[in-house]
Formats: sequence, C-alpha cells, structure tokens
Amino acid sequence: MKVLYSVEMKNITKRFSDTVANDSVNFSVKKGEIHSLLGENGAGKTTLMKTLYGMYQPNEGEIFINGHKEKIENPAKAISLGIAMVHQHFMLVEPLTAAENVVLGYEPKKGMFFNLDKAREEVTQISEKYGLKVDPLEKVEDLPVGAKQRLEIIKGLYRKADILILDEPTAVLTPLEVEDLFKVLRKLKEAGKTIILITHKLKETMEIADRVTVLRSGTIVYTAEKTETSPEKLAEMMVGRKVSFEVKKNPVEHEKKTVLELKKACYSKNKVKILNELSLNIKSGEILGLAGVEGNGQTEVIEALTGLIPLEKGEILLQGERITDLSPIKRIKAGIGHIPEDRNKRGLVEDFSIKENLILGYHRKSDFCRKGILKNNNIAKFASKIRTQFNIKTVDVDTEAAALSGGNQQKIVIGRVLSQEPKVIIAAQPTRGVDIGAIEYIHNKLMEMKEAGKAILLISAELDEIMKLSDRIAVIYEGQIVAEDEADNFDEYKLGALMTGSK
Amino acid sequence: METDMGALIASLLASSLRIAIPIAFAALGSAFCELVGIVNIGLEGMMLAGAFAGVWGSYITGSAYLGLLFAVIAGALFALIHAVLTIRYKTDHIISGLGVNMLSLGLTTVLLQVIWGNRGKSCEVAGMGSISLPIIKDIPFLQDIIGNISPFFYLLLLAVVISWLVLYKTVFGLRVRVIGENPQAADTLGIDVYKIQFICVILSGILSAVGGAYLSIGDINIFGRDMVAGRGFIAMAATIFGGWNPLGAFGGSLLFGFAQSLQIRLQVFNIPVQFAQMLPYVITILVLAISNKNNKGPAASGKHFKRGEV
Repeated sequence: MKVLYSVEMKNITKRFSDTVANDSVNFSVKKGEIHSLLGENGAGKTTLMKTLYGMYQPNEGEIFINGHKEKIENPAKAISLGIAMVHQHFMLVEPLTAAENVVLGYEPKKGMFFNLDKAREEVTQISEKYGLKVDPLEKVEDLPVGAKQRLEIIKGLYRKADILILDEPTAVLTPLEVEDLFKVLRKLKEAGKTIILITHKLKETMEIADRVTVLRSGTIVYTAEKTETSPEKLAEMMVGRKVSFEVKKNPVEHEKKTVLELKKACYSKNKVKILNELSLNIKSGEILGLAGVEGNGQTEVIEALTGLIPLEKGEILLQGERITDLSPIKRIKAGIGHIPEDRNKRGLVEDFSIKENLILGYHRKSDFCRKGILKNNNIAKFASKIRTQFNIKTVDVDTEAAALSGGNQQKIVIGRVLSQEPKVIIAAQPTRGVDIGAIEYIHNKLMEMKEAGKAILLISAELDEIMKLSDRIAVIYEGQIVAEDEADNFDEYKLGALMTGSK
Repeated sequence: METDMGALIASLLASSLRIAIPIAFAALGSAFCELVGIVNIGLEGMMLAGAFAGVWGSYITGSAYLGLLFAVIAGALFALIHAVLTIRYKTDHIISGLGVNMLSLGLTTVLLQVIWGNRGKSCEVAGMGSISLPIIKDIPFLQDIIGNISPFFYLLLLAVVISWLVLYKTVFGLRVRVIGENPQAADTLGIDVYKIQFICVILSGILSAVGGAYLSIGDINIFGRDMVAGRGFIAMAATIFGGWNPLGAFGGSLLFGFAQSLQIRLQVFNIPVQFAQMLPYVITILVLAISNKNNKGPAASGKHFKRGEV
C-alpha cells in the first residue's frame, strides 16, 4: 500500500539576497505522525516551515499537500489547506481577549456585527475536547506563557487544521508545562492530526517524535524513524561532527570562600514585591545555579548584583566589603563580570565593531585609553588576541557585531568578561540562542573559570544546563530562595515542582 | 441675572461645539489611521484640500452638497498619496504626511490664483447653511446651543456613532484593531493587511476633508489660504487624548473647542491677548501630559509592515 503523505516538499530552494536558506530541500511528513524537524539555529528550519505556511515563496521547488500539488501564496491559502503554524514569537494581539484572538480572520457574525458569545463557545468547546485550558474572556496580555501557547494551538484547531506546525514550542515552558504540551500533542495525534515540531532539543525529539529530519546549513542531511536512531547520531548530524555532551565536573579541591553575598535583598516594582528578603552566597571555585521559571525575580537578582537597580532593603558584599551603593562601572572595576541575559539589549552594541564591543565597560582601563583618548593599536591587538583565544569566527575584528551569528556574538560577550580576570562571573542565560557547538565551548569555558577559582552564578532557563554545570543549586520562586542544596540532591522533577511552587 | 448667565453658558457651549466640529472629524480620521498603524500628520493637508474642494465644487455646481462631494473626493485622493507612499513604498510616515501638507498648501494656493485670481481668498459660494430640528428648537437652553446649527453637526454625531460601532462591534473593526497592534499576527491569520490599511487611510482622508469642508462651506462660505491653521495637529492630539476611541476623540475635540471658545471670551478682560490665545494649546499640552500615562496607542503605529518579516 502506498504511504500517505500529508506534506511533501520537493527540491525547495529559498534564497534571501545572497544567502541560501534552503537548498533543494526534500521534506515529507506522513499522515498522522509527529515529525521532528531538527537543526541548529540558522539551519533553515523556520524558513522551510514559513514556506510551507505561505509566508515565504520558494525560488524553486514544489509543494504537495495530501498528494495534490499546491501553490501556497499566503497564509490564508495555507489555512484553507488545513495547515496551522504556532510561531516561536506568538502571533497574538495582547489587548484583545483570548476568544477574539482565536476567531480572528474567521469571525462568527450575528447580522452585521461580531458575535463574541459564539466565539467564546467555540473556544470553550475546543479547549475541553483536547484539554487545552484557557479562559476565553481573559485578555491575552494577562495570560501566562503556557496559556498563550495553548491559545495558539486552539487557534489552529479552530481553523480546522489537520497539519500543525509548532516552532520551538518548549523554549518558553517549564518541565511540567512541557509534559502537558506533549500530552496534548499525543491527543491530537490520536485524533488523526499531523504534527511538525521544529526544535533543536534532542531529548524532546526522542521523547515525542515518530520520525526525525535533520537540517544543517539549509540542506537535509538525515531522515530516520525515531526507533532507528539515537541522540548521539542526531547531534552528530546537526553539528556535522561528534559532540560530547559530558562536561566533566571536577570538584575544586581548595577551600571555598564566599566571594559575593546578597543579604536579605528586597525590591518591588509597581508595589509588587519582586525580591522578598532574598539571600545568596556565591563561593570561589564553585558554580551556583539559580533555577526558576522566568519572572520569579532572576532578572532582578542579576540587576541588583550588577548595580542596575537599587535595593530597597538588604546589602551586597564583595569579599566582605559593602558594595550596595556602588555604580555599575565601579562594580565592574571591583571585579564583577556580567554576561547579560539579553545579549542584544545589554550585551552588545550591534552597530559597533567587534573590537569596540570587546572593550565596552572596560574602555577606561589604562590599557585601552589615556586621558580620554582611545589607544586604537592596543585595542586592535587585544581584540585579535581574544578573537583567537575565544574562537570568534569572523573575517576581522572591525566587522560589525550585527553581522555575526548568535553563537559568535555570545563569544564576544563572554570573551570580554572572562579576559578581564573578574572575581565573580554572573552568567545569565549564557547559551541562549546559540548552537550546540558553541554551547559545548561556552560550557567548557565556564568550567575552566571555575577550576581557576572564580565564583560563578549561573542563571538559566534550561534546567539541563543548570544541572549539568552547577555544584550547588538554588531554586527561586516568587522572589525567594525556596530550596538550596548540592546539585546531586536534585533531579529534574524535584526542581520542576519547586520552581512552580508546589512542594 | 440668571437668564444672562444661562445665555452666556449656552453661547459658550454653542461656540465650543462649532469649533470642535472640524477637529472632531479629523480626529475620527486620525483614529482609523493610527489604529491600522499608519501615523497621519497629513490630516492638516487633507482638511485643507477638503475646505478648498468644497468651495470649488459649490462654485462650479452652485450646490453646497455637491461641494461636499468634491471635498470627499479630494480628501480621498490626498489620503491615497499618503497610503501609497507609506504602505506600498514604506516611506517614513512623518515625511509622507509632511509632504501631503506642503502639497496641499501649495496646490490650493495656486488654484486660488488660477480660479479666482486672488492669492488670499475665494469669492463667496453657496454654503450648507444651518438647520433646526423640530423638537430640539423648542427645548429651552438646548435650543440656544444646537437649535440652529450646521448640518455638519448631525453628520458628525452620525460619524462618531457609526465609527464606534464599526470599530468595536464588527468584524472589520476587530481586524482594524488587530492590524495596528500586531500586523504579523493578522497576516498569519489570512487577513489582508494592506487592503484594510488602504481602506482606513482613505477613510481618514475623507473624514478630515469633511471636517475641512465645514470650515469653508459649513461656516463662512469662502476659502481662505491656509484656513485650517493647525487644526489637523490639534486633531491628532484629540485622538491620543481620547485613547484612539471615536467617542474619546470626540470628547477631546470638545475639550479643545471649549478651551478655544473660553479664550475668545477671555479676550474682553484686561489680560494680554497673546496669553489668552495660548490657553487652548497649553491645555492641550497639559491634558496630553497627564492623560498619556494610561493611554497605550496601537503597538505597531508608525512601523512598516512587510510580509514574512517577524
């Protein structure tokens, strides 16, 4: 019997001016399967799926839906063919209600007017059928992230989608929410839906997918049944070489001393307590992992330690000395290195060259500047050294930072901080949006720094990362540390439960 | 004494209303435009075009109502320029609006010279006059305010109510509000973003032009050079004050009209005229400074939307 394919994309090529995002890609998905489209950032996964969804037109190639050749000029056409896409950045309209968001484009009417009651009913119906809990009359801006994602799925189902594309759906979810999402996906599969999951996470692929396709640099390099492959094989296919997942945790032998201390810190925003008498101890030769669901005060901990926000109460001590009232630049001088959470907002000035970015925050040091005049020769020499040392892939150090990939941009930020011999490193989301190869590199660098006796605070949304690197883990929930212990005493589920406030 | 006070208040309110009419039309237009993410500082020029076309149409045909039709067409054409530049060619919204204003001022001045041989003003044409509705003209106090008022006033009330219904109760309105907030989302749902943007920009031109026409054929029945005199910008402020809502925009226009008419009254007292004249603008600035805190405009206002970009 002939296998039924929901989607067949044949010889798809998509170019953007002079870069090729997809190069003669052949991609097919069987009816009723969960298919994982795996690849690193920039491999062309999203481009391929946006082509399928009619947001891009391919330069070459053909698309078949359920065996029929189709020209998908726009999303409206894709929707009419039963395709729905849940984008990585949600396509929701914040000030409108959940129900309004769902029915947009296909609104129920009563006479000439919009029928909100009908919209609400429809949403409730779908949400009950598939276990997608959302309050239809809540405004989207008041919904938590998980609910927004459920809403996006409901949106697709409301449009009678049979083929559901999800772009990195778990990037914003906690482990428990991921489990819920997978439950929903399995239910959808039972109902006969075809699901395409764009991801770069191997674990998820192995857990939920039936088949896997790996994209690398715009071409398909591998397709397999899940049962016939392994995470190691997939990683090798994604990166193009063997990757080691293991980071050796060498405990540092010499005595650990407290370097940076946050004591009973309080901070509120709009009269809401964000930090509630929070205390942390960061010790030399140790990585302290701060685990928590985003928005529970991690950002404020970082900002308080680096001097970006003032504390209402509490104090910060660096090697026993009070630095609570020092300005950010003085704290940098005192030895607090900061790898910011948001690379593009706080880590880099994208329009500046690599060498300028490499000295930001340290530009007043006598190596780089004399009486307010920059020493360009020294800076260039320094930048070239860091570039080699940190393996930043670029033609020269005068290139704009914006021209680099996420991984290489992050290497600039990390190179800048680590090269200045800080006493403490505050590493916030150090591997966010970088590819596996660079993650491996950054992890090893952090380990090196730890072994060199630095005190490191690691804040990450990726639990795996926290568990892999940390010696000790502290769990933050609603502005308080709810648990703190040796890393070995936690597992993923215990952490997940603590992070969401359940004991 | 009491009736004197009553009459004074009535006349103050009546003149507030008259001043508010043209501003409110343009403010409605501005709301539609900004709600689809297009900033329109060309309101001023579109009003001017409407004021001119109204007089011209009335001059040619002898009918003020046909003049109004001319105004509508002129407003639509000028708005079309803005729409094509900002939506099709992604020109900066401010630059394009500025261009519309300058084009309108230049063109109407030249045409004044060509048609009436006068660079300052046209000759007097047939106007819309005023109407008094049967019941209202017998209600005390109210009769002093709107007992005898331009038909533009009733047109405005209609426009405000219909705009509100369209924006908040119809599918089209829902889509309009979505586009200004998140055009990418609208696009991924198969909504034709460009089409709705074009419709709204042109609608804004038409509404502004009707407001402009009130100044000429609804009030003094001649066209004067640059007779809009900044009302287009005041209308933008009224829209923001009103939270991009037609009812609010109407309210904002009334407030400005009131300040303006109060200012005229104040001139009889012994304070320098210049200070009195500043009042409406000072009020505008104060009101915006105070009210803007809680008012959040359309998130995608002033940004270009290009398909496929996220």
